[in-house]
Amino acid sequence: MDKEILPKRNQTGQRKRDSRAKGIPEVMQHRFRWTDVLAQIGLIVWAVICLFPVYWMFTFSLKTNNEIFGENVMGLPREWVWSNYTRALNVGHMGQYFLNSIIVTVVTIAITLIAAVMATYAITRLHWKGRKRMNKFFMLGLTIPIHAAIVPLYTTFSRIGMLNTRWALIISYSAFSLSMAILIATGFMGDIPYDLDEAAFLDGCGVWGIFFRVIAPLMMPAVSTVGIYTFLQSWNELMFATVFISKEAYKTLPVGIQSLSGQYTTEWGPIGAALALATLPTLIAYLFLSRQIQDSFIAGAVKG
Amino acid sequence: MKRPFSYKLNIFLFLLPALILFLGVLIAPIVMSFVYSLMDWNGLSTPTYIGFKNYVELFTSRSINISRALQNAMLLAVLSVCIQLPFALILALKLSQHIKGERWYLAIFFMPVLISSVVIGQLWIKVYNPEYGVLNALLRSLGLDSWTRIWLGDKNTAMGACLVPILWQYVGYHMLLMYAGIKGMPAELNEAAMLDGCTPAQVSWYIIIPYIRPILRVSVIFAVTGSLKSFDMIYVLTNGGPMHATELPSTLMINLLFLRNRYGMGSTIAVMLIVLCFVFALLINLAFKEEK
Repeated sequence: MDKEILPKRNQTGQRKRDSRAKGIPEVMQHRFRWTDVLAQIGLIVWAVICLFPVYWMFTFSLKTNNEIFGENVMGLPREWVWSNYTRALNVGHMGQYFLNSIIVTVVTIAITLIAAVMATYAITRLHWKGRKRMNKFFMLGLTIPIHAAIVPLYTTFSRIGMLNTRWALIISYSAFSLSMAILIATGFMGDIPYDLDEAAFLDGCGVWGIFFRVIAPLMMPAVSTVGIYTFLQSWNELMFATVFISKEAYKTLPVGIQSLSGQYTTEWGPIGAALALATLPTLIAYLFLSRQIQDSFIAGAVKG
Repeated sequence: MKRPFSYKLNIFLFLLPALILFLGVLIAPIVMSFVYSLMDWNGLSTPTYIGFKNYVELFTSRSINISRALQNAMLLAVLSVCIQLPFALILALKLSQHIKGERWYLAIFFMPVLISSVVIGQLWIKVYNPEYGVLNALLRSLGLDSWTRIWLGDKNTAMGACLVPILWQYVGYHMLLMYAGIKGMPAELNEAAMLDGCTPAQVSWYIIIPYIRPILRVSVIFAVTGSLKSFDMIYVLTNGGPMHATELPSTLMINLLFLRNRYGMGSTIAVMLIVLCFVFALLINLAFKEEK
Protein backbone atom coordinates (compact mmCIF):
# COMPACT_ATOMS: atom_id res chain seq x y z
CA MET A 1 0.00 0.00 0.00
CA ASP A 2 2.63 2.48 1.07
CA LYS A 3 4.62 2.12 -2.09
CA GLU A 4 1.57 2.24 -4.32
CA ILE A 5 0.48 5.68 -3.27
CA LEU A 6 3.67 7.58 -3.77
CA PRO A 7 4.57 7.55 -7.42
CA LYS A 8 8.13 6.41 -7.91
CA ARG A 9 10.59 8.95 -9.02
CA ASN A 10 13.65 8.63 -11.15
CA GLN A 11 16.83 10.36 -10.21
CA THR A 12 16.01 13.72 -11.71
CA GLY A 13 13.00 13.83 -9.46
CA GLN A 14 10.39 13.39 -12.13
CA ARG A 15 7.76 10.73 -12.05
CA LYS A 16 8.28 7.69 -14.17
CA ARG A 17 5.41 7.04 -16.50
CA ASP A 18 4.08 3.81 -15.20
CA SER A 19 3.13 1.35 -17.90
CA ARG A 20 0.19 0.16 -15.85
CA ALA A 21 -2.78 2.54 -15.89
CA LYS A 22 -3.60 4.05 -12.55
CA GLY A 23 -6.63 5.77 -11.08
CA ILE A 24 -10.00 6.05 -12.67
CA PRO A 25 -10.16 5.31 -16.39
CA GLU A 26 -10.96 8.23 -18.66
CA VAL A 27 -14.14 6.68 -20.07
CA MET A 28 -15.97 7.68 -16.95
CA GLN A 29 -15.83 11.33 -17.71
CA HIS A 30 -18.02 11.69 -20.78
CA ARG A 31 -21.06 9.88 -19.50
CA PHE A 32 -23.08 12.36 -17.51
CA ARG A 33 -23.00 15.85 -18.94
CA TRP A 34 -25.35 17.43 -16.40
CA THR A 35 -23.63 16.13 -13.33
CA ASP A 36 -20.38 17.34 -14.83
CA VAL A 37 -21.69 20.87 -15.13
CA LEU A 38 -23.01 20.77 -11.57
CA ALA A 39 -19.68 19.40 -10.33
CA GLN A 40 -17.80 22.18 -12.08
CA ILE A 41 -20.04 24.79 -10.48
CA GLY A 42 -19.50 23.24 -7.06
CA LEU A 43 -15.73 23.08 -7.54
CA ILE A 44 -15.58 26.68 -8.71
CA VAL A 45 -17.55 27.85 -5.68
CA TRP A 46 -15.17 26.03 -3.33
CA ALA A 47 -12.16 27.39 -5.23
CA VAL A 48 -13.48 30.91 -4.73
CA ILE A 49 -13.94 30.23 -1.01
CA CYS A 50 -10.33 29.00 -0.83
CA LEU A 51 -8.92 31.93 -2.78
CA PHE A 52 -11.02 34.73 -1.33
CA PRO A 53 -9.12 35.26 1.95
CA VAL A 54 -5.82 35.55 0.06
CA TYR A 55 -7.31 37.91 -2.53
CA TRP A 56 -8.90 39.98 0.23
CA MET A 57 -5.61 40.08 2.18
CA PHE A 58 -3.61 41.36 -0.78
CA THR A 59 -6.21 43.95 -1.77
CA PHE A 60 -6.79 45.43 1.68
CA SER A 61 -3.04 45.51 2.29
CA LEU A 62 -2.98 48.23 -0.40
CA LYS A 63 -6.00 50.25 0.70
CA THR A 64 -6.64 53.16 3.02
CA ASN A 65 -8.86 52.72 6.07
CA ASN A 66 -11.66 54.57 4.30
CA GLU A 67 -11.73 52.07 1.49
CA ILE A 68 -11.44 49.04 3.78
CA PHE A 69 -14.14 50.24 6.15
CA GLY A 70 -16.93 50.91 3.73
CA GLU A 71 -16.27 52.65 0.46
CA ASN A 72 -14.68 49.67 -1.22
CA VAL A 73 -14.67 46.55 0.93
CA MET A 74 -14.28 43.84 -1.68
CA GLY A 75 -12.98 45.51 -4.84
CA LEU A 76 -9.49 46.18 -6.07
CA PRO A 77 -7.78 49.14 -4.37
CA ARG A 78 -8.56 52.44 -6.10
CA GLU A 79 -5.39 54.02 -4.87
CA TRP A 80 -2.47 51.67 -4.29
CA VAL A 81 -1.17 52.57 -0.85
CA TRP A 82 2.31 51.07 -0.89
CA SER A 83 3.13 53.03 2.25
CA ASN A 84 1.25 50.33 4.19
CA TYR A 85 4.16 48.03 3.36
CA THR A 86 6.86 50.50 4.33
CA ARG A 87 5.02 51.17 7.59
CA ALA A 88 4.78 47.45 8.34
CA LEU A 89 8.48 47.05 7.59
CA ASN A 90 9.78 50.10 9.45
CA VAL A 91 7.39 50.94 12.24
CA GLY A 92 6.03 47.42 12.65
CA HIS A 93 9.44 45.67 12.79
CA MET A 94 8.36 43.30 10.01
CA GLY A 95 11.84 43.46 8.50
CA GLN A 96 13.33 42.16 11.75
CA TYR A 97 10.72 39.40 12.11
CA PHE A 98 11.21 38.40 8.51
CA LEU A 99 14.97 38.17 8.94
CA ASN A 100 14.56 36.12 12.13
CA SER A 101 12.20 33.72 10.38
CA ILE A 102 14.62 33.29 7.51
CA ILE A 103 17.61 32.64 9.79
CA VAL A 104 15.68 30.20 11.98
CA THR A 105 14.22 28.37 9.00
CA VAL A 106 17.44 28.11 7.00
CA VAL A 107 19.53 26.86 9.92
CA THR A 108 16.78 24.44 10.94
CA ILE A 109 16.65 23.00 7.43
CA ALA A 110 20.45 22.63 7.33
CA ILE A 111 20.66 20.87 10.70
CA THR A 112 17.68 18.64 10.00
CA LEU A 113 19.05 17.61 6.63
CA ILE A 114 22.55 16.82 7.85
CA ALA A 115 21.37 14.89 10.89
CA ALA A 116 18.66 13.05 8.96
CA VAL A 117 20.73 12.05 5.92
CA MET A 118 23.59 10.85 8.13
CA ALA A 119 21.27 8.82 10.35
CA THR A 120 19.45 7.40 7.33
CA TYR A 121 22.77 6.31 5.86
CA ALA A 122 23.67 4.46 9.05
CA ILE A 123 20.24 2.86 9.23
CA THR A 124 19.79 1.81 5.60
CA ARG A 125 23.28 1.33 4.07
CA LEU A 126 25.48 0.11 6.93
CA HIS A 127 24.95 -3.36 8.33
CA TRP A 128 24.61 -3.75 12.04
CA LYS A 129 22.36 -5.40 14.56
CA GLY A 130 19.56 -3.19 15.79
CA ARG A 131 19.29 -0.91 12.80
CA LYS A 132 15.65 -1.83 12.31
CA ARG A 133 14.97 -1.07 15.94
CA MET A 134 16.79 2.24 15.63
CA ASN A 135 14.57 3.17 12.70
CA LYS A 136 11.44 2.33 14.69
CA PHE A 137 12.80 4.41 17.54
CA PHE A 138 13.20 7.45 15.32
CA MET A 139 9.73 6.91 13.85
CA LEU A 140 8.27 7.36 17.35
CA GLY A 141 8.85 11.05 16.78
CA LEU A 142 6.12 11.15 14.10
CA THR A 143 3.45 10.68 16.75
CA ILE A 144 4.84 12.90 19.51
CA PRO A 145 3.05 16.25 19.78
CA ILE A 146 5.10 19.29 20.69
CA HIS A 147 2.93 19.70 23.78
CA ALA A 148 4.81 16.76 25.25
CA ALA A 149 8.08 18.65 25.38
CA ILE A 150 7.17 22.28 25.73
CA VAL A 151 7.24 22.69 29.53
CA PRO A 152 10.58 20.95 30.16
CA LEU A 153 12.15 22.70 27.17
CA TYR A 154 10.93 26.05 28.47
CA THR A 155 12.26 25.46 31.99
CA THR A 156 15.58 24.09 30.71
CA PHE A 157 16.09 26.92 28.23
CA SER A 158 15.28 29.46 30.92
CA ARG A 159 17.76 27.85 33.35
CA ILE A 160 20.63 27.90 30.87
CA GLY A 161 19.74 31.35 29.55
CA MET A 162 18.61 30.21 26.11
CA LEU A 163 15.15 31.73 26.16
CA ASN A 164 14.91 34.60 23.71
CA THR A 165 17.54 33.18 21.40
CA ARG A 166 17.15 31.88 17.87
CA TRP A 167 18.87 28.66 18.89
CA ALA A 168 16.01 27.74 21.22
CA LEU A 169 13.72 27.63 18.19
CA ILE A 170 16.26 26.10 15.83
CA ILE A 171 17.04 23.18 18.14
CA SER A 172 13.38 22.48 18.87
CA TYR A 173 12.28 22.70 15.25
CA SER A 174 15.13 20.48 14.04
CA ALA A 175 14.35 17.80 16.60
CA PHE A 176 10.66 17.79 15.75
CA SER A 177 11.28 17.66 11.98
CA LEU A 178 13.85 14.90 12.27
CA SER A 179 11.57 11.85 12.19
CA MET A 180 9.78 13.01 9.07
CA ALA A 181 13.08 13.89 7.43
CA ILE A 182 14.47 10.41 8.14
CA LEU A 183 11.27 8.85 6.81
CA ILE A 184 11.46 10.80 3.55
CA ALA A 185 15.22 10.27 3.20
CA THR A 186 14.83 6.52 3.71
CA GLY A 187 12.47 6.34 0.75
CA PHE A 188 14.87 8.18 -1.51
CA MET A 189 18.00 6.36 -0.34
CA GLY A 190 16.34 3.03 -1.04
CA ASP A 191 16.24 3.99 -4.73
CA ILE A 192 20.03 4.35 -4.97
CA PRO A 193 21.48 1.07 -6.27
CA TYR A 194 23.81 -0.77 -3.89
CA ASP A 195 26.20 -1.48 -6.78
CA LEU A 196 27.35 2.11 -6.47
CA ASP A 197 28.42 1.57 -2.86
CA GLU A 198 30.26 -1.59 -3.83
CA ALA A 199 32.01 0.03 -6.77
CA ALA A 200 33.13 2.91 -4.57
CA PHE A 201 34.27 0.44 -1.91
CA LEU A 202 36.36 -1.46 -4.46
CA ASP A 203 37.87 1.85 -5.53
CA GLY A 204 39.06 2.27 -1.96
CA CYS A 205 36.40 4.45 -0.42
CA GLY A 206 35.54 3.99 3.23
CA VAL A 207 32.09 4.55 4.70
CA TRP A 208 32.68 8.30 4.85
CA GLY A 209 33.97 8.40 1.29
CA ILE A 210 30.94 6.49 0.05
CA PHE A 211 28.67 8.80 2.00
CA PHE A 212 30.15 12.05 0.75
CA ARG A 213 31.04 11.05 -2.81
CA VAL A 214 28.26 8.68 -3.76
CA ILE A 215 25.22 8.97 -1.51
CA ALA A 216 25.11 12.66 -0.60
CA PRO A 217 25.21 13.92 -4.23
CA LEU A 218 22.44 11.49 -5.22
CA MET A 219 20.23 12.63 -2.35
CA MET A 220 19.46 16.00 -3.93
CA PRO A 221 15.79 15.19 -4.73
CA ALA A 222 15.34 14.17 -1.10
CA VAL A 223 17.00 17.39 0.00
CA SER A 224 14.32 19.42 -1.75
CA THR A 225 11.44 17.37 -0.34
CA VAL A 226 12.82 17.42 3.21
CA GLY A 227 13.72 21.08 2.87
CA ILE A 228 10.24 22.05 1.73
CA TYR A 229 8.60 20.12 4.50
CA THR A 230 10.87 21.57 7.18
CA PHE A 231 10.45 25.05 5.77
CA LEU A 232 6.67 24.88 6.03
CA GLN A 233 6.83 23.47 9.53
CA SER A 234 9.15 26.08 10.97
CA TRP A 235 8.00 29.11 8.97
CA ASN A 236 4.46 28.85 10.33
CA GLU A 237 5.16 27.47 13.81
CA LEU A 238 3.48 29.40 16.60
CA MET A 239 3.44 27.49 19.88
CA PHE A 240 7.18 27.14 20.55
CA ALA A 241 7.76 30.62 19.21
CA THR A 242 5.26 32.32 21.53
CA VAL A 243 6.55 30.40 24.53
CA PHE A 244 10.29 30.79 23.95
CA ILE A 245 10.47 34.30 22.51
CA SER A 246 9.27 37.52 24.07
CA LYS A 247 11.94 40.00 22.91
CA GLU A 248 11.23 41.97 19.74
CA ALA A 249 14.70 41.29 18.38
CA TYR A 250 14.18 37.52 18.13
CA LYS A 251 10.50 37.23 17.22
CA THR A 252 9.66 35.19 14.15
CA LEU A 253 6.84 36.14 11.79
CA PRO A 254 3.94 34.34 13.50
CA VAL A 255 4.71 35.85 16.93
CA GLY A 256 5.64 39.19 15.40
CA ILE A 257 2.33 39.44 13.57
CA GLN A 258 0.52 38.70 16.80
CA SER A 259 2.16 41.61 18.58
CA LEU A 260 1.82 43.86 15.55
CA SER A 261 -1.93 43.28 15.37
CA GLY A 262 -2.13 44.13 19.08
CA GLN A 263 -0.53 47.51 18.38
CA TYR A 264 -2.47 48.43 15.23
CA THR A 265 -6.01 47.43 16.04
CA THR A 266 -7.52 50.25 14.05
CA GLU A 267 -5.16 50.44 11.08
CA TRP A 268 -5.85 47.47 8.90
CA GLY A 269 -3.69 48.46 5.96
CA PRO A 270 -0.29 47.89 7.61
CA ILE A 271 -1.53 44.65 9.23
CA GLY A 272 -2.69 43.44 5.84
CA ALA A 273 0.74 44.31 4.48
CA ALA A 274 2.39 42.35 7.30
CA LEU A 275 0.19 39.32 6.63
CA ALA A 276 0.93 39.53 2.91
CA LEU A 277 4.68 39.75 3.53
CA ALA A 278 4.60 36.69 5.79
CA THR A 279 2.62 34.68 3.23
CA LEU A 280 4.46 35.71 0.10
CA PRO A 281 7.47 33.34 0.39
CA THR A 282 5.18 30.35 0.90
CA LEU A 283 2.98 31.28 -2.03
CA ILE A 284 5.96 31.86 -4.32
CA ALA A 285 7.43 28.50 -3.35
CA TYR A 286 4.05 26.87 -3.96
CA LEU A 287 3.77 28.48 -7.38
CA PHE A 288 6.99 26.83 -8.55
CA LEU A 289 7.06 23.65 -6.49
CA SER A 290 3.39 22.74 -6.04
CA ARG A 291 4.01 19.08 -6.99
CA GLN A 292 6.92 18.61 -4.58
CA ILE A 293 5.09 20.39 -1.79
CA GLN A 294 2.05 18.18 -2.21
CA ASP A 295 4.26 15.09 -2.38
CA SER A 296 6.04 15.98 0.84
CA PHE A 297 2.71 16.14 2.66
CA ILE A 298 1.56 12.86 1.16
CA ALA A 299 4.83 11.19 2.15
CA GLY A 300 4.30 12.31 5.71
CA ALA A 301 0.81 10.94 5.99
CA VAL A 302 1.22 7.58 4.34
CA LYS A 303 3.38 6.20 7.11
CA GLY A 304 1.78 8.22 9.90
CA MET B 1 31.89 -11.26 8.56
CA LYS B 2 33.42 -9.73 11.64
CA ARG B 3 33.35 -5.98 11.71
CA PRO B 4 36.29 -4.00 13.06
CA PHE B 5 35.81 -1.56 15.90
CA SER B 6 36.30 1.43 13.61
CA TYR B 7 33.22 0.35 11.62
CA LYS B 8 31.08 0.40 14.74
CA LEU B 9 32.52 3.74 15.73
CA ASN B 10 31.60 5.11 12.31
CA ILE B 11 28.03 3.89 12.64
CA PHE B 12 27.85 5.64 15.97
CA LEU B 13 29.27 8.83 14.52
CA PHE B 14 26.73 8.82 11.69
CA LEU B 15 23.89 8.45 14.18
CA LEU B 16 25.27 10.92 16.69
CA PRO B 17 23.75 14.25 15.52
CA ALA B 18 20.30 12.75 15.11
CA LEU B 19 20.52 10.92 18.43
CA ILE B 20 21.58 14.02 20.36
CA LEU B 21 18.67 16.01 18.95
CA PHE B 22 16.18 13.23 19.35
CA LEU B 23 17.11 12.18 22.87
CA GLY B 24 17.76 15.69 24.14
CA VAL B 25 14.77 17.51 22.71
CA LEU B 26 12.12 14.81 22.39
CA ILE B 27 12.67 11.82 24.61
CA ALA B 28 14.16 13.43 27.72
CA PRO B 29 11.54 16.21 27.87
CA ILE B 30 8.71 13.67 27.63
CA VAL B 31 10.07 11.86 30.67
CA MET B 32 10.53 15.21 32.42
CA SER B 33 6.96 16.21 31.55
CA PHE B 34 5.69 13.15 33.34
CA VAL B 35 7.88 13.84 36.39
CA TYR B 36 6.78 17.50 36.49
CA SER B 37 3.15 16.44 36.35
CA LEU B 38 3.66 14.83 39.78
CA MET B 39 5.07 18.04 41.24
CA ASP B 40 3.73 21.28 42.63
CA TRP B 41 5.98 23.90 41.11
CA ASN B 42 5.68 27.58 40.29
CA GLY B 43 8.99 27.80 38.47
CA LEU B 44 10.84 29.59 41.26
CA SER B 45 10.44 27.52 44.42
CA THR B 46 11.86 24.02 44.70
CA PRO B 47 9.36 21.57 43.23
CA THR B 48 7.60 19.39 45.78
CA TYR B 49 6.39 15.90 45.02
CA ILE B 50 2.63 15.63 45.42
CA GLY B 51 1.84 12.34 43.68
CA PHE B 52 -1.26 12.36 41.50
CA LYS B 53 -2.80 15.39 43.19
CA ASN B 54 -2.45 17.49 40.01
CA TYR B 55 -4.45 14.91 38.09
CA VAL B 56 -7.16 14.90 40.75
CA GLU B 57 -7.28 18.68 40.78
CA LEU B 58 -7.31 18.86 36.99
CA PHE B 59 -10.47 16.80 36.74
CA THR B 60 -12.27 18.28 39.77
CA SER B 61 -11.29 21.94 39.83
CA ARG B 62 -14.07 24.26 38.70
CA SER B 63 -11.70 27.12 38.02
CA ILE B 64 -9.58 25.12 35.58
CA ASN B 65 -12.69 23.57 34.05
CA ILE B 66 -10.93 21.00 31.89
CA SER B 67 -14.26 19.47 30.92
CA ARG B 68 -15.19 22.51 28.86
CA ALA B 69 -11.83 22.44 27.07
CA LEU B 70 -12.26 18.74 26.35
CA GLN B 71 -15.83 19.25 25.18
CA ASN B 72 -14.68 21.93 22.77
CA ALA B 73 -11.89 19.69 21.48
CA MET B 74 -14.28 16.78 21.05
CA LEU B 75 -16.79 19.01 19.25
CA LEU B 76 -14.02 19.97 16.87
CA ALA B 77 -13.05 16.31 16.41
CA VAL B 78 -16.63 15.21 15.72
CA LEU B 79 -17.20 18.01 13.21
CA SER B 80 -13.89 17.21 11.51
CA VAL B 81 -14.83 13.58 11.07
CA CYS B 82 -18.48 14.19 10.15
CA ILE B 83 -18.20 17.29 7.96
CA GLN B 84 -14.60 17.97 6.95
CA LEU B 85 -13.64 14.42 5.95
CA PRO B 86 -16.78 13.54 3.94
CA PHE B 87 -16.48 16.84 2.12
CA ALA B 88 -12.80 16.21 1.42
CA LEU B 89 -13.69 12.74 0.14
CA ILE B 90 -16.33 14.10 -2.23
CA LEU B 91 -13.82 16.62 -3.60
CA ALA B 92 -11.17 13.92 -4.00
CA LEU B 93 -13.58 11.59 -5.80
CA LYS B 94 -14.72 14.33 -8.16
CA LEU B 95 -11.21 15.54 -8.90
CA SER B 96 -9.92 12.07 -9.65
CA GLN B 97 -12.52 11.55 -12.41
CA HIS B 98 -10.42 13.41 -15.00
CA ILE B 99 -12.47 16.52 -14.56
CA LYS B 100 -11.43 19.62 -16.48
CA GLY B 101 -8.94 21.73 -14.54
CA GLU B 102 -8.11 18.87 -12.15
CA ARG B 103 -4.59 20.06 -11.28
CA TRP B 104 -5.72 23.65 -10.81
CA TYR B 105 -8.48 22.72 -8.43
CA LEU B 106 -6.14 20.46 -6.50
CA ALA B 107 -3.56 23.22 -6.15
CA ILE B 108 -6.13 25.82 -5.08
CA PHE B 109 -7.92 23.58 -2.60
CA PHE B 110 -4.65 22.62 -0.94
CA MET B 111 -3.34 26.18 -0.66
CA PRO B 112 -4.99 27.14 2.65
CA VAL B 113 -3.04 24.32 4.36
CA LEU B 114 0.22 26.07 3.55
CA ILE B 115 -0.72 29.49 4.86
CA SER B 116 0.13 30.13 8.49
CA SER B 117 -2.79 29.74 10.90
CA VAL B 118 -1.74 33.08 12.35
CA VAL B 119 -2.33 34.78 9.02
CA ILE B 120 -5.63 33.00 8.45
CA GLY B 121 -6.69 33.74 12.02
CA GLN B 122 -5.89 37.43 11.63
CA LEU B 123 -7.89 37.55 8.41
CA TRP B 124 -10.89 35.94 10.08
CA ILE B 125 -10.67 38.36 13.02
CA LYS B 126 -11.23 41.03 10.43
CA VAL B 127 -14.03 39.09 8.75
CA TYR B 128 -15.78 38.82 12.15
CA ASN B 129 -15.12 42.42 13.22
CA PRO B 130 -18.48 43.66 14.56
CA GLU B 131 -18.28 47.13 12.99
CA TYR B 132 -16.23 46.79 9.83
CA GLY B 133 -16.11 43.05 9.24
CA VAL B 134 -17.16 41.54 5.92
CA LEU B 135 -19.64 39.19 7.60
CA ASN B 136 -21.71 41.84 9.40
CA ALA B 137 -21.45 44.14 6.38
CA LEU B 138 -22.87 41.37 4.22
CA LEU B 139 -25.72 40.71 6.66
CA ARG B 140 -26.56 44.43 6.81
CA SER B 141 -26.60 44.76 3.06
CA LEU B 142 -29.04 41.84 2.89
CA GLY B 143 -31.29 43.62 5.38
CA LEU B 144 -30.60 41.08 8.11
CA ASP B 145 -29.44 43.61 10.68
CA SER B 146 -30.85 41.55 13.52
CA TRP B 147 -28.49 38.68 12.58
CA THR B 148 -25.34 40.72 13.13
CA ARG B 149 -23.29 39.66 16.15
CA ILE B 150 -20.07 40.42 17.97
CA TRP B 151 -19.05 37.02 16.65
CA LEU B 152 -15.86 36.40 18.61
CA GLY B 153 -16.89 38.41 21.67
CA ASP B 154 -20.18 36.69 22.39
CA LYS B 155 -19.79 33.45 24.31
CA ASN B 156 -22.68 31.87 22.42
CA THR B 157 -21.23 32.43 18.96
CA ALA B 158 -17.47 32.44 19.66
CA MET B 159 -16.88 28.69 19.44
CA GLY B 160 -18.90 28.39 16.26
CA ALA B 161 -17.03 31.32 14.75
CA CYS B 162 -13.69 29.65 15.59
CA LEU B 163 -14.74 26.29 14.17
CA VAL B 164 -15.43 27.61 10.66
CA PRO B 165 -11.85 28.64 9.75
CA ILE B 166 -10.30 25.61 11.49
CA LEU B 167 -12.49 23.20 9.53
CA TRP B 168 -12.10 25.17 6.31
CA GLN B 169 -8.30 25.29 6.43
CA TYR B 170 -7.64 21.54 6.48
CA VAL B 171 -10.23 20.26 4.00
CA GLY B 172 -7.53 20.48 1.33
CA TYR B 173 -5.10 18.40 3.34
CA HIS B 174 -7.43 15.43 3.70
CA MET B 175 -8.55 15.85 0.10
CA LEU B 176 -4.95 15.62 -1.10
CA LEU B 177 -4.31 12.38 0.83
CA MET B 178 -7.48 10.77 -0.49
CA TYR B 179 -6.82 11.99 -4.03
CA ALA B 180 -3.34 10.47 -3.94
CA GLY B 181 -4.84 7.21 -2.74
CA ILE B 182 -7.43 7.10 -5.53
CA LYS B 183 -4.80 7.95 -8.15
CA GLY B 184 -2.70 5.05 -6.91
CA MET B 185 -5.41 2.47 -7.63
CA PRO B 186 -4.91 0.02 -10.46
CA ALA B 187 -7.31 1.08 -13.23
CA GLU B 188 -8.41 -2.51 -13.89
CA LEU B 189 -10.46 -2.46 -10.71
CA ASN B 190 -12.56 0.46 -11.85
CA GLU B 191 -12.72 -0.69 -15.47
CA ALA B 192 -14.03 -4.08 -14.44
CA ALA B 193 -16.73 -2.51 -12.30
CA MET B 194 -17.75 -0.22 -15.12
CA LEU B 195 -17.92 -3.05 -17.63
CA ASP B 196 -20.30 -4.72 -15.21
CA GLY B 197 -22.52 -1.67 -15.56
CA CYS B 198 -21.77 0.21 -12.36
CA THR B 199 -22.52 3.93 -12.26
CA PRO B 200 -19.70 6.25 -11.13
CA ALA B 201 -21.48 6.60 -7.77
CA GLN B 202 -21.50 2.82 -7.36
CA VAL B 203 -17.86 2.57 -8.36
CA SER B 204 -17.02 5.19 -5.75
CA TRP B 205 -18.97 3.50 -3.00
CA TYR B 206 -18.17 -0.17 -3.64
CA ILE B 207 -14.69 -0.04 -5.17
CA ILE B 208 -12.85 3.19 -4.43
CA ILE B 209 -13.82 3.84 -0.83
CA PRO B 210 -13.02 0.30 0.36
CA TYR B 211 -9.71 0.48 -1.52
CA ILE B 212 -8.56 3.71 0.11
CA ARG B 213 -9.60 2.54 3.58
CA PRO B 214 -6.04 2.72 4.95
CA ILE B 215 -5.92 6.39 3.96
CA LEU B 216 -9.31 7.09 5.47
CA ARG B 217 -7.98 5.58 8.69
CA VAL B 218 -5.00 7.92 8.65
CA SER B 219 -7.28 10.87 7.90
CA VAL B 220 -9.59 10.03 10.80
CA ILE B 221 -6.62 9.66 13.17
CA PHE B 222 -5.15 12.97 12.02
CA ALA B 223 -8.51 14.74 12.31
CA VAL B 224 -9.14 13.49 15.86
CA THR B 225 -5.62 13.86 17.30
CA GLY B 226 -5.22 17.16 15.46
CA SER B 227 -8.40 18.43 17.12
CA LEU B 228 -7.15 17.42 20.57
CA LYS B 229 -3.83 19.20 19.97
CA SER B 230 -5.33 22.18 18.16
CA PHE B 231 -3.86 25.49 19.31
CA ASP B 232 -2.84 28.10 16.75
CA MET B 233 -6.15 29.26 15.34
CA ILE B 234 -7.96 29.55 18.69
CA TYR B 235 -4.94 31.24 20.27
CA VAL B 236 -5.05 33.87 17.55
CA LEU B 237 -8.83 34.30 17.37
CA THR B 238 -9.87 34.33 21.04
CA ASN B 239 -7.10 32.83 23.20
CA GLY B 240 -9.77 30.76 24.94
CA GLY B 241 -12.10 33.66 25.68
CA PRO B 242 -14.68 35.13 26.08
CA MET B 243 -15.28 33.74 29.59
CA HIS B 244 -13.33 30.58 28.60
CA ALA B 245 -16.03 29.70 26.06
CA THR B 246 -13.50 28.62 23.42
CA GLU B 247 -10.87 27.13 25.73
CA LEU B 248 -9.03 24.09 24.35
CA PRO B 249 -6.63 21.83 26.31
CA SER B 250 -3.64 23.52 24.63
CA THR B 251 -4.72 27.09 25.35
CA LEU B 252 -5.51 26.06 28.92
CA MET B 253 -2.02 24.59 29.24
CA ILE B 254 -0.29 27.71 27.95
CA ASN B 255 -2.41 30.00 30.13
CA LEU B 256 -1.73 27.93 33.26
CA LEU B 257 1.98 28.12 32.53
CA PHE B 258 2.30 31.79 31.80
CA LEU B 259 -0.53 33.49 33.62
CA ARG B 260 -0.49 31.38 36.76
CA ASN B 261 3.04 29.91 36.71
CA ARG B 262 1.70 26.44 37.32
CA TYR B 263 4.36 24.31 35.66
CA GLY B 264 3.25 21.10 37.34
CA MET B 265 -0.35 21.51 36.24
CA GLY B 266 0.69 22.53 32.75
CA SER B 267 2.66 19.32 32.44
CA THR B 268 -0.31 17.35 33.73
CA ILE B 269 -2.39 18.66 30.84
CA ALA B 270 0.44 17.82 28.43
CA VAL B 271 0.59 14.23 29.71
CA MET B 272 -3.19 13.95 29.52
CA LEU B 273 -3.07 15.12 25.89
CA ILE B 274 -0.40 12.60 24.93
CA VAL B 275 -2.37 9.78 26.56
CA LEU B 276 -5.62 10.88 24.92
CA CYS B 277 -4.03 11.10 21.46
CA PHE B 278 -2.52 7.66 21.90
CA VAL B 279 -5.78 6.11 23.14
CA PHE B 280 -7.82 7.64 20.35
CA ALA B 281 -5.33 6.50 17.71
CA LEU B 282 -5.53 2.98 19.10
CA LEU B 283 -9.33 3.01 19.21
CA ILE B 284 -9.60 4.28 15.64
CA ASN B 285 -7.18 1.60 14.47
CA LEU B 286 -9.27 -1.02 16.25
CA ALA B 287 -12.50 0.30 14.76
CA PHE B 288 -11.07 0.10 11.26
CA LYS B 289 -9.88 -3.47 11.86
CA GLU B 290 -13.20 -4.60 13.32
CA GLU B 291 -15.14 -3.65 10.24
CA LYS B 292 -12.84 -5.54 7.98
